[in-house]
Amino acid sequence: MNISTVGPLLPEIIMAASALLVLLFELVIRKKETVGLLSIISVAIVAYYIPQSFGKAFGGMFISDSYSVFFKFIFFINLILTVLLSMRYLVIEKANHGEYYALIMFSTLGMMIMASAGDLIVLYLGLELMALSTYVLAGFIRHDIRSNEAALKYFLLGAFSSALFLYGITMIYGLTGTTDISLIGAAVAEKGLSTPMFLAIIFLMVAFGFKIALAPFHMWAPDVYEGAPTPITAFMSVGPKAAGFAAFGRVFLTGFGPLSADWTGILIVLSILTMAVGNIIAIQQSNIKRMLAYSSVAHAGYAVLGIIVGGTEGIAAMMNYLFIYAFMNIGAFAVVIMLRSKGFQGEELEDYKGLARTHPLAAAMMLIFMFSLAGIPPTAGFIGKFYLFKAVIGAGYIWLAVVAVIFSAISAYFYLRVVMYMYMLEPEGEAVTLSLSPSLGLALFITTLAVIFIGIYPSPLLSFARLAAG
Amino acid sequence: MEIGYPVLSTVIFLPVFGGLLMLLIGRNQESVVKWTALFFSTLTLVLSLPLFTEFDKTTYMMQFVERKPWIPAWGVEYYVGIDGISVLFVLLSALITILCVLISWNSIKIKVKEFYIALLLIEGAMIGVFCSLDFFLFYIFWEAMLIPMYLIIGVWGGPRRVYAAIKFFLFTLVGSIFMLIGIIVLYLKTGTFNIPELSQMALPYNLQLWLFWAFFAAFAVKVPMFPLHTWLPDAHTEAPTAGSVILAAILIKMGAYGFLRFSLPFFPDAARAMTPVMLGLSVVAIIYGGLICFAQTDLKRLIAYSSVSHMGFVTLGIFALNSQGMEGGILYMINHGIVTGALFLCVGIVYNRTHSREISDYGGLAGVMPVYAGFFMLFTLASIGLPGLNGFVSEFLVILGGLKAKKLVGVLAATGIIISAGYMLWLYQRVFFNELNENIARIEPMGLREALPLLTLSVFVFWIGIYPDTFLSFMHVSVNHLLERVNYGVSDTMMAIKGMTGGY
Repeated sequence: MNISTVGPLLPEIIMAASALLVLLFELVIRKKETVGLLSIISVAIVAYYIPQSFGKAFGGMFISDSYSVFFKFIFFINLILTVLLSMRYLVIEKANHGEYYALIMFSTLGMMIMASAGDLIVLYLGLELMALSTYVLAGFIRHDIRSNEAALKYFLLGAFSSALFLYGITMIYGLTGTTDISLIGAAVAEKGLSTPMFLAIIFLMVAFGFKIALAPFHMWAPDVYEGAPTPITAFMSVGPKAAGFAAFGRVFLTGFGPLSADWTGILIVLSILTMAVGNIIAIQQSNIKRMLAYSSVAHAGYAVLGIIVGGTEGIAAMMNYLFIYAFMNIGAFAVVIMLRSKGFQGEELEDYKGLARTHPLAAAMMLIFMFSLAGIPPTAGFIGKFYLFKAVIGAGYIWLAVVAVIFSAISAYFYLRVVMYMYMLEPEGEAVTLSLSPSLGLALFITTLAVIFIGIYPSPLLSFARLAAG
Repeated sequence: MEIGYPVLSTVIFLPVFGGLLMLLIGRNQESVVKWTALFFSTLTLVLSLPLFTEFDKTTYMMQFVERKPWIPAWGVEYYVGIDGISVLFVLLSALITILCVLISWNSIKIKVKEFYIALLLIEGAMIGVFCSLDFFLFYIFWEAMLIPMYLIIGVWGGPRRVYAAIKFFLFTLVGSIFMLIGIIVLYLKTGTFNIPELSQMALPYNLQLWLFWAFFAAFAVKVPMFPLHTWLPDAHTEAPTAGSVILAAILIKMGAYGFLRFSLPFFPDAARAMTPVMLGLSVVAIIYGGLICFAQTDLKRLIAYSSVSHMGFVTLGIFALNSQGMEGGILYMINHGIVTGALFLCVGIVYNRTHSREISDYGGLAGVMPVYAGFFMLFTLASIGLPGLNGFVSEFLVILGGLKAKKLVGVLAATGIIISAGYMLWLYQRVFFNELNENIARIEPMGLREALPLLTLSVFVFWIGIYPDTFLSFMHVSVNHLLERVNYGVSDTMMAIKGMTGGY
């Protein structure tokens, strides 16, 4: 095997090697923040090798194209921001172990493989690597029963969805004689729809539905998001979800693209249901992590619109949305993490009372993230939604766009409620103390800047997304 | 025109820049904050004056145009300019903001810095709305304005401020998102966000009709037209004085401006067909809004409901679709901004002293605050439409336009004047005459800083009342051009040819 055949895999290989190295260094490095720093440096090196990686490897089982590269950048941003959020948090939670960073890297590696998978088996490989690492991360705070519960729940439902996924693959293999996604596309185009094929599509759709938390397969998300360590909640709500979308998009648009007329209707129903469940249940939440969990469910409902539309426009709109979502969602979680200090959870909405008075800067940032999540200009969230709605209407689904904007207006209610608590109510009892560290400050700075910059000057991102989707 | 600086961009972004600059000022340096806000708002007005002096009244074409590509992927441009319809609103926004800074000087006591930042940001967004010639840009300003306004109502407002703020936000947002869908559909059909270009398009009638109603949702909420007006009394009443003034003077004008700038020129055939509905809703608003005022016990609430009635006159004037009505409608908006803004300022002045808005808590105030009573009388009479004051001119024009359009509409609208005389004079009597209420016997008279904004506005009350042509002359050409477009519609081929050669 010469180097050219593994060339497209180079970033993944480097990622795997440096994750192992980080695991090794962890034994000798006393200061665990250094380990976190190492993981960020590794990602920088991996990103450096990305431009040279374009191509296919192993007979098309592994594809490094602009589509996968775009997603990989979302994963890198996700990793870097999560590590920045974690450094101080782990100290407060008394769970400051270096394996944490290695696990994040392995999980990211899994996502990268998922985005690049040209074959269902490779896809499964990436999926499991990502999922197994994330199960452990969700339960990383061993002494916290909620964290334990989250990990177990996530594991059980994750395993269930993996089983469904495998079952779907076997059926497809039986029907088409291949697991290569583009060959499946060709076979499907030739043979058309049959009942077993329809079942296989449903199995895969449900499996992906679990991964990206589409209603009614979202049940695990609120509990897991609430129980997991907050940086991991931020991590899970962006990375694995984006990876799920990457694979979902490739499998359904390349593999089952010829049958899109048959599955689009089901996906539309799921999308509307997801927007409804996410946005309406979020209104009743009093725990901010739980609220953001439902909000994250709702956002998956919007992003799925991109797959429904399909084509360059739909995919570009979805990718653009996920990219923007990464910044605004992690930013919001960063503020949540900031409120967590020794002996104080800071996860209840009540804890945000009067934050604008006690900590005006933190409140202002949260305000920006909340308005961005609600999709109000001039924030990035608006650009994301606008592109999606434009794609949806362009594909002729005006009514679907109307449904989506109505749910978007409903969502404004609970995002604004956070603003209301911060700005319009007075602090009760002792003032909240913020646990601000340089790394957390940097993460907040990056996310705030990105949300405003993309909101005002979205052109570079839009061309990047269009290029990647085309 | 050689002015030496991009006027419109300056007046849009100078306040925004000022607001952001204020982030750097320490929290305890409240007087620095106030003076900075006053400096930036005044500078904005001064720098906007060329719009008044250098404006070319002989053309309907957009002036002071600035055009730069912004989001090429979607064909979105940073494209601003003004014509005879928008120029006065830009100036009014700049003027009103200064008055709001002055009136809030002592009445805003908490989170002072944040308040002035919000005020300056909203000024930038408001001016941006009136200047935008790109639909995407317009929508950004239109929505961005909601954020500071939501905070102004919710943070510095009265007892039920939280409820009023969320109601304001959600009503406006729900209206706007239908317009957003409309904008996207329009863009996909025509391939452009360019407003002057869209104003010359010939769209099929059915599409016009759908889009007319999608846009109606946004503009009718903002105006507000009956029956979408219920957010207004809450928002106006609970907002702090500066917030009420901005809402009454500028924000609700944006709805009517939207009809003028978008609904009429984009969808002329649909607009013509829907005239009876719009006129009907306007008349209902005039009479219903007026009658409700009689039942109010709260000063601000009464003035808020009177706005519903007044805005009925505005929409009536616009949809009369003749030059008297439309010019009257536009002038009415300016006048309403001045007079209702002034009335809210007046209420704010006594509210700061008594912390009560209940009419029954007052009585005999004329003896305690004579100068104040004089101003209040002036604005009351202007609001009723006494000849010689500004209200009369616009009311007269609107009713004339209404009569020309449909006799019955004009007659019914005229009854609105009688109703308004009833509730305003009764209000005046209850607050300023009658027996002296002991609680207010010892409140201090009006100070100079408070009188200054009222004095400024009363200059305009007389100016427009006596010589309205200064302001009407801005509109003539633009209004006639717009009416030509609406009344001939897109079916007229002459119009299409003219559109191609004339251009903007």
